[in-house]
Formats: sequence, C-alpha cells, structure tokens
Amino acid sequence: MTSMPKPFIDKHLPKNRLGLSVRNYEGVMSTLCAGCGHDSVTAALVQAFWELDLAPESAAKVSGIGCSSKTTAYFMGQSHGINCVHGRMPSVATGANAVNGKLHYIGISGDGDSLSIGFGQFAHAIRRNLNMLYVLENNGVYGLTKGQFSASADYGSKSKKGVPNEQTPIDPCVQALTLGAGFVARAFSGDKSQLVPLIKAGLMHKGFALIDVISPCVTFNDHAGSTKSYAHTYKYYHPLVHTDFVAHAEEITGEYADDGAMRVTMHDGGELRLRKTDSDYDPRDRAQAIETLMLGGSDGEIRTGLLYLNEDMADMHAANRLPEAPLNTLPYDQLNPGAGALAALQKRYR
Amino acid sequence: MKDVVETPGEVRVNDFVIKIGNVNGTGSASANGLLMKAIFRMGVPVVGKNLFPSNIQGLPTWYEIRITRDSYFARSGTADFVVAMNAETYARDLAEVSPGGFLLYDSTWPRPDLHGRSDITAIGVPLARMCNEQFDNARTRVLMKNMAYVGAVAGLTGIDVEVIRGLVTEMFGTKAHLIDANMKAIELGLNYVREHYPDPLPLRVEPMDGTAGHILIDGNTAAALGCVYAGATFGAWYPITPSTSLMDGFKSFCEKFRVDRDTGEKKFCIIQAEDELASIGMAIGAGWNGARAFTPTSGPGISLMSEFIGFAYYGEVPVVLFDVQRAGPSTGLPTRTQQCDLTLAAYASHGDTKHILLFPANPKECFEMAVQSFDLAERFQTPVFFMTDLDIGMNDWMIPELTWDDSYRPDRGKVLGKDELEAIEKFYRYEDRDGDAIPYRTLPGVHPKGAYFTRGSGHNWKGGYTEDSDEYKEVLDRLTQKWKNAAAAVPAPVVIKCGRPARRAIVSVGGCDGAVREAMDRMAADGVHLDYLRVRGFPFSQEVDDFIAAYDEVFVVEQNRDAQLRTLLINETSADKTRLIPVLDYAGMAANPKFIVEGVTAHLEIVGDSA
Repeated sequence: MTSMPKPFIDKHLPKNRLGLSVRNYEGVMSTLCAGCGHDSVTAALVQAFWELDLAPESAAKVSGIGCSSKTTAYFMGQSHGINCVHGRMPSVATGANAVNGKLHYIGISGDGDSLSIGFGQFAHAIRRNLNMLYVLENNGVYGLTKGQFSASADYGSKSKKGVPNEQTPIDPCVQALTLGAGFVARAFSGDKSQLVPLIKAGLMHKGFALIDVISPCVTFNDHAGSTKSYAHTYKYYHPLVHTDFVAHAEEITGEYADDGAMRVTMHDGGELRLRKTDSDYDPRDRAQAIETLMLGGSDGEIRTGLLYLNEDMADMHAANRLPEAPLNTLPYDQLNPGAGALAALQKRYR
Repeated sequence: MKDVVETPGEVRVNDFVIKIGNVNGTGSASANGLLMKAIFRMGVPVVGKNLFPSNIQGLPTWYEIRITRDSYFARSGTADFVVAMNAETYARDLAEVSPGGFLLYDSTWPRPDLHGRSDITAIGVPLARMCNEQFDNARTRVLMKNMAYVGAVAGLTGIDVEVIRGLVTEMFGTKAHLIDANMKAIELGLNYVREHYPDPLPLRVEPMDGTAGHILIDGNTAAALGCVYAGATFGAWYPITPSTSLMDGFKSFCEKFRVDRDTGEKKFCIIQAEDELASIGMAIGAGWNGARAFTPTSGPGISLMSEFIGFAYYGEVPVVLFDVQRAGPSTGLPTRTQQCDLTLAAYASHGDTKHILLFPANPKECFEMAVQSFDLAERFQTPVFFMTDLDIGMNDWMIPELTWDDSYRPDRGKVLGKDELEAIEKFYRYEDRDGDAIPYRTLPGVHPKGAYFTRGSGHNWKGGYTEDSDEYKEVLDRLTQKWKNAAAAVPAPVVIKCGRPARRAIVSVGGCDGAVREAMDRMAADGVHLDYLRVRGFPFSQEVDDFIAAYDEVFVVEQNRDAQLRTLLINETSADKTRLIPVLDYAGMAANPKFIVEGVTAHLEIVGDSA
C-alpha cells in the first residue's frame, strides 16, 4: 500500500481569492474506515482553509500517532507536515513555532494521543500559550489496536463487547480551561456548519486554540451503550454558542451585531460573531465554562460551541521576546559575535 | 609528630596537589576557585577537580588543585596538602595525605586523632575562632572560614596574596564591603600562619611562565559558546546534572550578544521543557523548520529521548544532542563522571539506527566540536551526539585561548530555496539526486512545491507512506550509506607516536586523554613504549581501522565498566577483538594515569612481555 493521490479535477469548482479550489487544499486518499468521523473533520479543515484564502504553504501540519494523527496526510498536500511520535506533537509544534511564528500551525491529535502519553505535552503547550490550532478528534477508543477504551471514555460507556468502562474520563476542554487556554471549543464531526467556523476562528486566534471534536469511531465505538456514538452524540448534542467567522470584517460598529451576536476582532483581522443559544452563557467567563462542562457530565448533555475565548493573552512568541523576523531567517552575521568578541570575552577566564 | 613544620623533605616547586575536604553548601566552591585561579595567574599550570555530592547542603565535597609545572592535565589521584574542613570525612581525608605530606586542620577545637600518621605534618589554624571573633553574622562566619583557609594555604605555599586580592576585587566589583570582608578573612589565615609557621613548606608555588595565552574554562561553558558561534538559535532542555550549566552558559552568552538593545527582542529561543521527551521533540521541530537546534542532557535524558531520536534519524531531521555523561546505570551517581553512554548513543532508539558521535576531550574541543556538530547535523540531516562528560563539562580546565575564524560559514546542508523549487519540476524528499546518500530537504512556508510529509512510518524515496518491502529497504540502505559516508567527515583521530618501534598501542576517547598521555610518560620511563590514538568521531574513519591493524595489541582505555568503546571498535572496524585489551576505570572520578599504568602493566605481566 502506498499513498494514493486523489484524481484532480476542479475546473467547475469555485475559486477563492488565491484562485484555488477546495481541491487544492486536499491531501492523499484517506485510509480510514468508511464513515469515520475523522474524515468529516478533514473535510471541514479543507473547507476552512479554502474559505480563509490561506496559501497552502503558509500552514504547517503536525500530529502524533493514531487514526487521527494519520489525517494530516489527507488534507493540505501542498503544506509541510510532520507526523511524529505518540503524544508528542505539541513539542514538535513548539520548536517549529518558536523558529517561525509566521506559519499557521495545525495540530491533529486524538484522545489516545493527547490524554494518555501526550497529556503532559498537551498541558504544557497550553501553559506556554503556543500559537496553534489543536484539533482533538475524540472517539473514546483506540481504533488502530482494535477497541480498547481511551482516557476520554465516559464512566459506564460500554465497549463493543458490552463491557462498561469503570474509570473516570478526562475532559480535554475542562483540562484546557483549568490550564489557562484562551480558546476552548467543543464540536461534533457530524455538524460541519458548526465546525468550519470554529476551525477558522481557531486558526485566527493568536494563542492556543483547542477544538475537541466528538468524532465517532464507526468500527469500534458506534454501538448502543457507547457515549461517543453518532446516535448518542446526535441525541445529546447541545450547542451553547453559535460562532460565525467573518473574514476581513468591515464596519464594526459595536460590541453586538444587529442579531445580538457578540463581536470579537481577531488579531489577524476578521471578526468572530458569537450568538448564545443559552441566554445565560457567557463565553468570556472561564469559571462558568468549567462549571457548565462539569455539570454537563451529570446530565449527559454534550455542550458544544466556542466555550471560552480570551484574545488578550501573550503567546509564546511574546513571552520569549522573539523578533518579528523568524529565527530561521536570521542571517548568520547577526548570530555570530565574531573573533573580536570572543577574544574580549575570554578576559574573564584568565 | 608535632604541630610545627619540621624537617622539610624534598622541596617541590609547582608540582603538588592541594585537596580541600569541605561541607557542601558552605561556599567553599568560590574559595577553592579563588585558590586555583590565583595559582594560574601566577603563571603556574593547574588542574582543578571538584568532587561534589548530589545534594544542596550538608554532604561532603572535595576540591583538588593539582599544581603541575609540566602542564599535565589529568587528575593526579594523590593529595600532598590536605585541608580538612569536614569532621565527617576527617579520617578518610587524613588517610589520603601522601607520605611526607601536610594536613591543615581547624585548631579551634582540640586536634583530632592522627590515627598513627607519623609520616605527615599537621598544621593547626584556628579558623573558626578567628572568624567568630571578627565576624558577627553566622552565615558570614561559615563563608569567611573558607576564605581564611585560602589565606593560610597561600601563606604556607607561597601563593601571592596580591594576586588573590586582585581576584577578590574582580569577583566583587563595586561591592567594597565584600572585598574588605573577604580580604580580612584571607589575611586572618595568612597572618596566623606567618606568625606561627614562619618557615615555608617544601611544597611551593613560585611564579613561572606556564599559562600565557591560556584560559581556565569548563567544557559546558565552552560548548555553549560553540553553540552561539555555530549560529544555533533554538535550544530546549530539561534541567539535569551535569548538563545544566551548558544551557545556563548559552543563555548568558545569548543575552550578551543576541538581544536587540533598542527593542529587547531576542535572536534566540530557549525553552525549558516539561521533560526530556519534550525537549528533544522541540529541538526536532525547530530543526525540521530550519533552525540550528540543540538539547543538552545526560544519560537519563538520552534514555527518555530515544524514541524521538529514531524518528529524527528515519525522518532525517538535523538536531544536536549534548550528552554530558554521568555515572549510571539508572540515577547512578549524578555528580560523578563516566563515559558510559557510548553504545547507548551510537545506536539510540529501536530498530536499526546508527548515529554520528563526536568526542571532545577538553573545553577547547568542546567549543570547536559544538560548531562541527551543527555542521554535521545539517549536512547529514540527522541527529548528532556531542559526547562529553561531567569532568570535561563542569571542571575548569586550562586550555589555549579559544580562537575564531571569521571566514567560517555554517554548512547548512542541502536545502532547496524558493527559486530552486520554482525551477524543478517535482520535489521528492528522499531522492538521492547526487548519489551521496544525502537527499534535499525543504522548509515549511517557502513554496508549495516543496511540501512533503515527514513521518516515522515506512516511507519511500518520494516521501510517501509505504509498506512495500523494496521501497522500505531502499530508504534504509541509503541511510546506512549516509552514515558510513559520515566517517570521513567527523573530526579525525589524534595520533601520538612514542617515537620508537612499538608493538602495542593505546586507543582512547574523550577526557581520558590527559591520563593516557601522562601514563605514557610514566611507562616510557620504565621502558614501556606505546603509541596512542584518540578517536574523536563515530563512525570510525579508516584511519582508526588502519591504526589498530598496525599493532599486535591495542589497549582500549575508557571510563565505563563494559568496555563500550571497545564494543564499538569490534562492531564497526575490522579489529580482531582478542587483540583489543580493555583498560577500564568506572569509579566515577576524573581519570588519573594510575589505572592505565596498572592495567597495561598487569597485562604485560600476564603475557610475559615488557613492551
């Protein structure tokens, strides 16, 4: 088996401002199971990048190990990608980002990759406020090794053989909120209308943006008794905040649009319009977000949308006082102090 | 046995060892450093070895200053003048004094038992009493006691107090009260011995001209300077003894040389990672993205990094790892030195992996080889291991002043830029276009045509995923060839011939160098003449192979239990293993010539041969 390119025909497809069709944002053929939620996320990513008119080479894709991590090959074939070791994508993204902050870093991970071996790196990338979009394709199960529970499996959720999970789950959104993430969202692979604007908003957020996407595993975790199945997710799906992303917004007249949406201007231009579907929910209130998600665990509702947003946090580049020009572009003569400086420096060692 | 210096034995000028036994955390390091540097400033070559515990405060610590007019640069392993400041180790310190040697003790309290050492001279100085009388604060009294023995040792051995005064002034700069307090303590010790022991000891420091053009520097600092001069812009690390001072050094040099004075912007990025699993990942991410990136660590860190090392090897990502080796296994002896990660680093990670290793022997080579490590990593697109150790990394070594050639330009390897990508029809990441087993790479963000997917899973020459046996093997075979080609690019071995026909030779590595050279001198005096090759890179060049083949037997001298260098020689050269005789030291101390002389002599006795 080799990487199969997709047939490329796009002459009837609409083009974005760069003259590219969505096909220009695709990758090789997916090798995931038919109906896998991850393929829907891939399609949403393609759509979001295309709609944002981002040049493919302006993105860098990073991932670890697992079904989800494989998907970085299935979109943006004209972008660099790196598919590293299990759970350690955040560290690669950190180093890559540190030396060139001008790219859009998109990390794809899963619940197995992020919440077990990768839990530490996930947490510390948030603490550093690494400027990246981190998509966690969450299905509660290890697919490639045939169906073991992952750390996000809900207590009592049943395996394909009917065995209930008896460990408490890790909720990546609650974790991200407590660790100080500035952009925390939850979505469902089955709702592209919600997911695409969230991806766009996450890409434009300057800092760590988490989207935890419930993305059912059709082969190992889509049965009755599973709390990560399509049927269960549709049944308990509960959008809290509706997000629209308006690129290059004009005429920002007030904090609220005519439709009552809260407007947030993003650092790279563009505007977010957040409409609450629960009248009491405030996506600026971290404590409320944590409370809502934790209570949500008891009533079974899966609360989705942009759960928390704070655009005013310094990212890793700012915290490290990194220059505007990427470190990997600095000419050598700016880095080397020269023979004279070396001679002068050594006075202290005499 | 009296408390006075009587019958001075043979006068030894600029050729003896001072050893100070102290308690960790009492500020003895600066006192000992002061003594050593004062001797160095007098033009007398010195070797300093800090033997410190894995502890913040309270455990025993020793500092050895070897004064060596012949410019030997190994630890001598003897102690002619012991300063016993630690009651806990007194008996042991006393036992170590060479016959005819001297013991300085704090005579504030009754003189401790000499355990029958009638062959040494004990010198009492009431250090604590004098400092308690002169200084008020408890902490100050402890610190000043150390300065007082500096004065006493200086007075007894002839170390120039004006040189010490100059150093104290430099140390404290504008803080006049600290200069005064420290000089006061030094003079307490000095004046006391002048009054009570007016006759000079037979152990004497006299000015000479043996340190001109030299500096005293530790290997971690020199390696850090090398990183700066190599143009490294990214370092990720997790604190671990004995590598921590390498990143501390890099940070301080970068803050001196790479911060924009107007904007405060930093032309470097240092990230303290959550662990070594992350620090190597960060360095790989930065290397993948086109920066010169590194991570300093020690053996436990290499163990943790192993999975990522295999990824960088197979994905062909340049990255430099500084392994400041310490004694293992497991946590081992974190503050003791060894060369015990040689085989670990050579083949780090699961599957078939082979790496490029560089072996500096002193801080000068640390500086130079740090630069070479980045050149090799980028040229060969692979992890490069800089294999230093605690002795080289953390002790101050006397080395010729570092020099820099401003015409140096980094070897960034084969990286296709925008115009080159524009000009070619299609880019394939792992294509061996030049037949040298090194493919071209591209950096993210440059051109859509340069996009490729770096993966640790099976891939073909195009960079695509594959499970096809032939495609998989093709890449693996090219990696082997690439590694072999590096043998001609790593630093060449250093060969020292004894000048006579020799049937036997020594092969050694890294920080054993000083001990080997001194052992060769000692053995030559006894009629045993050996040639010597020091390997400086892995894979081994043909020269190493040819050298070994030219002798009946080769002693492989190294600091680990399992003869790891010998293992690598057996694995990677055509050497006959029965002719490679291991000479091993794994006690955790800086190498001294004794184990080499003993190991070689024992073997020669067994085979009934003398040369």
